This record gives sequence, structure tokens and C-alpha cells, in this order.
Amino acid sequence: MGRPKNQPEGGQAPIVQRVRLRYTKRGPLRFTSHRDFARAFERAIHRAGVPIAYSQGFSPHPKVSYASAAPTGVASEAEYLEIGLREPVDLNDLMRALDAALSPGLDVVEAVESPGGSLADRIDAGRWRVELPGLADDVLRLAVEAFVAADEVMIERLTKQGMRTVDVRAAVVSAVAVPAPTGVGVVPCAILDLVVRQVSPTVRPDDVLAGLRVVADLEPPAPPRATRLAQGLLTTQGEILDPFAADRPTAIGAPSA
Amino acid sequence: MSVASVYPQLEALLPRISKPIQYVGGELGAVVKEWDAAAVRWVLMYPDAYEVGLPNQGVQILYEVLNEQPDVLAERTYAVWPDLEALMREHGVPQFSVDAHRPVGAFDLFGISFSTELGYTNMLTALDLAKIPLLSRDRDETHPVVLAGGHASFNPEPIADFIDAAVLGDGEEAVLEITAIVREWKAEGCPGGRDELLLRLARTESVYVPRFYDVDYLPDGRIQRVVPNRADVPFRVHKRTTMNLDDWPYPKKPLVPLAETVHERYAVEIFRGCTRGCRFCQAGMITRPVRERSITTVGQMVKEGLEFSGFTEVGLLSLSSADHSEIGDMCSGLAQQYADTNVSLSLPSTRVDAFNIELAQELSRNGRRTGLTFAPEGGSERIRKVINKMVSKEDLIRTVVTAYTNGWRQVKLYFMCGLPTETDEDVLEIADMAHEVIRAGRAATGSKDIRCTVSIGGFVPKPHTPFQWAGMDTPETIDHRLRLLKQAINADRSLGRAIGYRYHDGEPSLIEGLLSRGDRRVGAVIRKVWENGGRFDGWSEHFSFARWVDSAAEVLPQFGVDLDWFTTREREEAEVLPWDHLDSGLDKEWLWQDWQDAMSEYEQDDCRWTPCFDCGVCPSMDTEIQIGPTGKKLLPLTVKPGLKV
Ligand code: SF4
Repeated sequence: MGRPKNQPEGGQAPIVQRVRLRYTKRGPLRFTSHRDFARAFERAIHRAGVPIAYSQGFSPHPKVSYASAAPTGVASEAEYLEIGLREPVDLNDLMRALDAALSPGLDVVEAVESPGGSLADRIDAGRWRVELPGLADDVLRLAVEAFVAADEVMIERLTKQGMRTVDVRAAVVSAVAVPAPTGVGVVPCAILDLVVRQVSPTVRPDDVLAGLRVVADLEPPAPPRATRLAQGLLTTQGEILDPFAADRPTAIGAPSA
Repeated sequence: MSVASVYPQLEALLPRISKPIQYVGGELGAVVKEWDAAAVRWVLMYPDAYEVGLPNQGVQILYEVLNEQPDVLAERTYAVWPDLEALMREHGVPQFSVDAHRPVGAFDLFGISFSTELGYTNMLTALDLAKIPLLSRDRDETHPVVLAGGHASFNPEPIADFIDAAVLGDGEEAVLEITAIVREWKAEGCPGGRDELLLRLARTESVYVPRFYDVDYLPDGRIQRVVPNRADVPFRVHKRTTMNLDDWPYPKKPLVPLAETVHERYAVEIFRGCTRGCRFCQAGMITRPVRERSITTVGQMVKEGLEFSGFTEVGLLSLSSADHSEIGDMCSGLAQQYADTNVSLSLPSTRVDAFNIELAQELSRNGRRTGLTFAPEGGSERIRKVINKMVSKEDLIRTVVTAYTNGWRQVKLYFMCGLPTETDEDVLEIADMAHEVIRAGRAATGSKDIRCTVSIGGFVPKPHTPFQWAGMDTPETIDHRLRLLKQAINADRSLGRAIGYRYHDGEPSLIEGLLSRGDRRVGAVIRKVWENGGRFDGWSEHFSFARWVDSAAEVLPQFGVDLDWFTTREREEAEVLPWDHLDSGLDKEWLWQDWQDAMSEYEQDDCRWTPCFDCGVCPSMDTEIQIGPTGKKLLPLTVKPGLKV
């Protein structure tokens, strides 16, 4: 916990290293809101002794910037953030120290040195997996087919500007009903695999499910469980490009200077 | 037999409620142990919402003390909000612990910490959701032993039918002793069933088991006597006192929540007890004598607590923190140690003197000026003598002006309304005082940019205080005085603009009064209120005065008493009080004398700096005042830089 409180002569220590992290929200901690995470992460920085850099100004705040956060209640394997450091660190140590300082389930799983530019420029789409417990495979498949066949699927959504009608179809790059793993005596659970473009207002798995309700009256019998599996740039083939892919040769464990 | 987690059922409900994060656990510092490996299993509850309950020191300390025992498991549970309660009932999900989501009904002991009586209805919700019979007498060996602790357990009579036992006083050693008894009883194969276990607890003389005591009433409704109904339990149950706080440096691993809670800080209790002798203050009376934690232990706890938690705020807590014998060195030492960091220190002291400002100044060296609060408690010199708050008007004005001239722009003044012998004039003097504070402050600073907030709390007479005999004022009287005061503050427009005014109306205080001085008959009211939907009574948006009044009117007449009988009625010396068989160490004759002294406006000094005035606690509890100074100083911290891997 070594942050200069007052403005030191000549301002805050400059940023000497920028690190991008991938982290998760797993298990029960999928109910962590972005606000909760940000608070926990700031504490983890202090606990872990990370030499974080601070912004200039009268109330300096730690240099942390987040890429679009998964909604509360949605699990994620692919959340991203970038931090600015005033001293260089070993990426492996950084990752371990932060991971240990966060609750299990909020796991820091990857670190790369930032090549410069904005993290947001590496992300314009996400892949989601939505489990629908109690729903039969073919029911979902028919609904998804109807959804994909439609030119537009309008839903009502509450946004910051009030109720708005949003076309969810336009944002969906692909929607596939994946056959559920067959197990012994398991309750049926349909699985929806989605690739969704980042648009404004954001289209979330919930919105796509609302769209399925509109086109096919799909009513999941139990609350769905969504997980964000990946984020990145959408390729022309409809694949998602890992935002760290280009930086990985110099990644984890490599000397950072 | 292992116990299954209810999380799979709960998980389906969480997306449908507000702030689900409060029910999933996963805090830093939380401990999940293997069920089958534990010999004794506790579940601890703070009977309010998670955001209020999680930071509670009492629960955190006991949670840690218990979990440090290798064969003991302790988990936590909190009151669930009505949205989740409804869904849990609909889907048959029982009250659960947040740590491992185990059903509360499966534990050996269910300990509930009451810092206020307004949590009683939430206890009933939790018992009911846990499928534990509401009444102690309907429970058997398959149910946990329901134990009440915290300040409210110094008169647990209103909840006597719902709890199995109550523990009076400090919990650290008590929970270990209770654990040992349960461990042994279980190892022996639970001989004699639940009754035998309760009996063994009662024989410690510091665990009160209500079912072993009968209450007889006089025809006029007063209590005739409270006597054991079996030969082998003590006539009186005594409170526990933890001595040598340096030996109990908890919490070491404070719980750090993911959800937002009311206090996001590392809190360390710098001493326990208080002998200033404010006559309304139950906390001061029942926690005697004063036992200080030494400056070096406090320094160590702060260092380790911050390292563990990542918190950036430290609270140095106690009933009157500026009274610690080493407080000056403690504040300057800590301020120095954390000078170049983002750690902020706070001292919730309300003492009306310049020293308090000095300390606040020391702690705010890093630039941040948090609010300063002074608590004269009573508006007039006369009423301050009645309550034994030895502050003169001149003191107060001088102190507040010093705060203004030292750069504070805003101070808060705390008072009470409804105190014994109080008249309209006593309360109206608060307005004079506030006016003079602003006038003098403007003169001294030459600035119009200074403010004060007058904050008024309702007086509630509490058991084990000299005011335990006092009659309460009616809510109408209180509300009338609060209105008069508001007018008087605003009578001068220019001064009134600089004065903020905060108060609560008199109704909740009256109900608190019923619950704090009630006897076993009040249990029927609590149950009725709960059946009528009473929940979260400490929250103004959930509290319903009408529900309490109506429920009391429904059930009390069968006993020949009513709400007024418990609240506005003054008691006589000879009356047997519902808590007379519960020993806080205070001598009842001394309390009565202090009550008489209050009437004759006679002040009583503090036994830390004047001779012992024989309140009775030290000899009867075999305790003594433990204060410094130790003469030690805090050394600069050696923080080794780098990542903690
Ligand atoms: S017994 Fe005497 S020394 Fe002990 S707390 Fe009471 S007055 Fe103080």
C-alpha cells in the first residue's frame, strides 16, 4: 500500500509499464457486479503490493481501465483490464500475487505487456455460452432456427435513455443450439452458443433470449446460466481473435524490459 | 453424515432478486471447513442485512476464534431480504450459511448476536426458514441450540421462549467454553438429550437457560419473583469478562466482502468498557471495567489487518476512544507510519474538548478532513447533570470554535430527547447552543462558511443502567419537543441557515423501550408482529409502529398489562425487574443511588482518575481496571517493497 497521497513535486510517478490481464468470474462469484469487482481489484492491488501508478490531480486514482464487463450474474472466462505501473514487474509474479489477493473464482489467468494503443481496439465481439436447464435440445434448436431466419428481431429494453426498441438480430453473428453432453440420468439442458457483436446499446445473452421469446415463444423453465467464453476482434470467418494473440510471444514469465 | 449444500437450489433464485452477491459468500477471510471433520459446528448470525451484519466486529471475532480450533467449524448467516425470503418459502430453500451454503438447521449451535432488540423479528424469520421450531420447548436433539449474545442478551426475557440460552458479556472465552461442553457431550453420545446439554451449559453460571427459571407475577402485573425450577442451576447468571485484550488480538483476518457494506475498513477495538458513567449508556455500564489494548498491540493489529485485507481505512474503535491512556502516541505514531500512503485513520470520538480536535488533526495530516462529532447529549446544563455528562456550555462553544479556527467547516452535535426529568426548555436550549456556536464561529473565523448539524436521538431506558426505572415520554411529547426545537433553530434566519437538523420521531424509540425492558410476556407481541409481517424493524422503511401497537393491544391484555405499562411507567425501588437474576456486576443498590443522584443533579466522576465509587463490578466479577500507559511508542514501519508472492 504505497500510494503517494498528495501530489509529489512534479506530479505522480510516470507509468513505466502497462500490463493487460485476463480474469474470470467463476462459480457463485458470477454474481459479482462490475462495481464490486472494481472495488475488490483495487484492494487486491494494495494487498499484493502492486506498484500501481496513479492519475494526476487532487484525488489521484489508480490506473486501471476495464474492457466491457460481463453483466452481473453472467460468468466469464474472458474479462480484460489494463493497469499502469510505476515500477516494472515480472508478469508471472504479478499474476500470481493478484490472483492470490482476490477471492477464489475471481481468477487472474493471463498477463501480457501492452503493445500500446487501447485494449478496446482489440475487442469488438464476444462468444457466449448459455445453458438452459430443463429445456429440451430440439425446442431450442427450432427457436434458434426461427431467430436466425428472421431479418430483424425487435425487443423492448430498458436503457439509460429509457425504454427502447432494439433489434437483437442485427448484433448476433451466429447462434447455434449445441447438442448437450449426454450423461446418465441428467436433467435435460439445452445449450446455446452465441457470437455477438459489440454494439450500442449492448446486446447481452438476456436480450437474445428475449428475442427467442419474441420469435418462438421460448420460455426457459429455469433461469439460464450464461458464460462469456471469449472476447476479441471478429474475423471475416466469424471467429473471435484472442486480444492477446499478437502479444503472447513476449508474454508470461518473459523478462519485461 | 455429511450435509449437502443448498447452493444448487439457491442459485436458481439468485438471478431473480436484488444484490445476489450478498448471499454467495466468497469473502477474503472466509473459512470453509469439511463438515465431517468437525466435532462441533457453529453457525453465527447477525440478524440484519448482510451489508450491516458483515462488518460486525462481534461476529467476526467469534468466527475467527472458533475457526482457529482444529475440530470446530463456524459459518455465518444473515437476515435475508423479503424478496429472497418469499422465493425461499416458495421453493423450500432453508436458511443457509453464506460460507458453504449449509442449512442452518444442521449445525450444533446457532449463535445470534443482538446489538439491538430490533433484530428480534429477523431472528424469528431465520428460525422459521431454517425449519427450527420457533419455541425452545418444541425443539429436540436434531435442532441446533439457539444462543443469544450481544448487548441485548443482558435482558433476553422478551425472547426467552424462542432461544435456548443466552450468554452475557464478552464472547471470546465463552464460545470456547461452550464448545468444550458440547464436544464432550457429543463424544459421550449425547447423554440425557437436549435437557442435559442445556443443564451442563447452565451450570457454568455464565450461560442463562430461560427454561430453568420460572417467573411468577403479582396480581397487578409486576413480577413477584424469578426462581430456578430445579436445584442444580444458579440463582443468578453472571456476565463474562475477557481480561488482557492483548491476548485476544482479533480480528486478525478481517472479512473482506465483495458486496458493498456499511463499513469498508479495518476496525480495531482499542479498549473495552467505559466508566465515564453517562447514566443513559447501557454499553458503558455492562462492559466495565475499562480494559485497554496496548499501543503496540494496536499497532501490530493495524499493520497486519491492512496487509491482510487491502483496506485503506482504519477505525480505532471503543466507547470513547480519546480516553485511551496512550491515544496521543497511538494517533501520532499511526499517522506517521501511514503518512505517505493512501491509508486514512479515523477515531470515532465524541468527547467535547480541545484534545479531541488535536487528535483529529493528527489523524487528518494527509489532508482529508472528515467530520467532527461532539456529543453534549443534553441541551441544558441541568439535564447534563441528570445524565452525568460533564460538559459546560462554555466548554462546548470553545471546543467547536477551536475546530472552526483549525479549518473544520462542519461539525456535528449529538443530543438526546426524552431524557428523564426533561422539559421543553431543556430541549429548546439546544437551539441557543447551536446559535451561539455559529455566532462565535463566525466571529472567530470571519467567515460565513461554517456549519453545524444538530442530530437528535430518542432516549431509550435500558436495563442495567440507573435509568432502568425511568418512565419514557410518549411519542407525542417527543415529537412536540422536536417541532418546537426546529422552530427555535429557524427563528433566526441567518443563523438557522447554517444549522442542519436531523432527528428521528419518537415512535421507534417507544418500541425499542418495550423490547429492552420487557419481560417474557413481550414475547407474544414479538411473535404477533412477526406473524403480521414484521421484518427488518431497524429500517425505517420496514418498521411499522402501527403493527407493533396493534399487536401489543391484541396480546397484552390477557396478562393485564399494556404497551404503556412497559414503556411510560416509572418503576419503584422494590419492583423486581425482569433482568434482576442476570448479573452484570453492577450493584442494584448503587444503580438506585445513582438514579437518585440523577434526580438531584449530582455528578459522578470517572473511577479511572478518581477513587473507585463502588459500582460493584470489579469485586463481584473479580476484574480490575487495565489501563496504561505502557510508555512504549510505535516505531516506523519497515515495508519491504515488491510484490507479495
Ligand atoms: S468497581 Fe470501582 S473501579 Fe471497578 S468499575 Fe466500578 S467504580 Fe470503577
